[in-house]
Amino acid sequence: MDAESIMQQVRAFLGQYISDVDVDPEENLFASGLVNSLFAMQLVLFVENGFGIQVANEDLDFENFKSLNAITGFIQKKSGTSA
Amino acid sequence: MDIELNKLQQAARAEFRAFVDERVAPVADEFDRKEQMPDALIRTLGQRGYLGAMAPAEFGAKTMDALTWGMLCEEIGRGSASLLSLLTVHSMVIQTLLRWGNDGQRKKWLPLLASGDRIAAFGLTEPEVGSDAGNTRTEAIADGSDYILNGSKRWISFGQVADIFLIFAHVDGKPAAFLLERHAAGLDIEAITGLLGFRSAMLAELKLDACRIAAGNMIGGIGFGFSHVAGTALDHGRYCIGWGALGLLQGCVNACLEYIGQRKQFGVYIKDHQLIQEMIAEMVVHARAARLMCHHAACLRQRGATSTIMETSIAKYFTSRAAVKAALDAVQIHGANGCSDRYPVARYLRDAKILEIIEGSNQVQQLIISRHACQEHVAASRPAHTETLKAGS
Repeated sequence: MDAESIMQQVRAFLGQYISDVDVDPEENLFASGLVNSLFAMQLVLFVENGFGIQVANEDLDFENFKSLNAITGFIQKKSGTSA
Repeated sequence: MDIELNKLQQAARAEFRAFVDERVAPVADEFDRKEQMPDALIRTLGQRGYLGAMAPAEFGAKTMDALTWGMLCEEIGRGSASLLSLLTVHSMVIQTLLRWGNDGQRKKWLPLLASGDRIAAFGLTEPEVGSDAGNTRTEAIADGSDYILNGSKRWISFGQVADIFLIFAHVDGKPAAFLLERHAAGLDIEAITGLLGFRSAMLAELKLDACRIAAGNMIGGIGFGFSHVAGTALDHGRYCIGWGALGLLQGCVNACLEYIGQRKQFGVYIKDHQLIQEMIAEMVVHARAARLMCHHAACLRQRGATSTIMETSIAKYFTSRAAVKAALDAVQIHGANGCSDRYPVARYLRDAKILEIIEGSNQVQQLIISRHACQEHVAASRPAHTETLKAGS
């Protein structure tokens, strides 16, 4: 799956939790206060359920989840689809 | 949503009911008075595979699916809310280890927890920190390959007997979680008694005075203690409490149906009084609605849907409120008898109130549910995204 397709799904998922669906792909979702702590686990379930990957202990790094670009890159890396 | 039980689930439910009817319900009031949960009963839960049912079979567990586990919580909750809290906190730690523990931590602890050879408790709440759980004051300071913990934890269910605690503390201002063994130097455990409810849940206060923990006992990572580690545990805890509250509610229904067919006033059984019928009808309808919500949460949990977190919160909120209402009415129906310990309804009422407070107070659930509803409303107004929004829900 290409980055654009993943990004589209992540953005659609995010749209369920924030008002601004056109959020900048580099914007830090957590630091900006766009999402709350509950979202963190919902995001984990979304990534696992939507893309068939397992988020493990060693994946707990804010760099993997902080923005749309970061989440997309993480999914690509874990699913072996990164360019 | 299919709420039909398969044969294995039907058999499991029958087993749980029989166990609670024979081994829990008859002694729950006695244990409540003594403010103790006998070690023999705790060990029995372990031997029957109930304590470890959330762990995979590779760790020696008698693994249950989400619905079967929910039904176990329901039946235990019907018999003793205090015992339900053991299942809850113990399995919260198991879930956390499964989700965020490393291989070494899982291999070391999960077989012991799955068998019930070791009991686990959950240490988040503090004397000054309840609902504001992200701002715990307990601190962990790195010291070589260890961390030194200072602070205190209060209202820790089964803290009097637990062998291991999942403790939340801040490291350089960031939340982290640690597994702390009971014999750790600097850990002092004091029993808490005289509670309104959950009297046999053997609550304790933990005082951590320069308590040394190996860095290898950290679960997850620094910064993820609240959002991911506690988040995982609390979501599971709410699932257990939602089902357990349904059990307590069903216990109220059962007790009242028994009583109103035996008690006569004004020359007729009180089941024939219309104002009694109103309370029974409310109770029964709430029990049906609560059951549907719990089953819905189970279905979502079974397939790992993202909406399971919110639907579990909704189920916990509704069932615990309905349990309080049912218990109030159950005492009312029993009259003066209901205010004594000759009937279980007084205990139900005291315990039901606790269910509205633990694993996220109902006011916290209201905030979560309301904000989510507003967001859903906004999302629903974006027709262009309707199809893609279904992803992961």
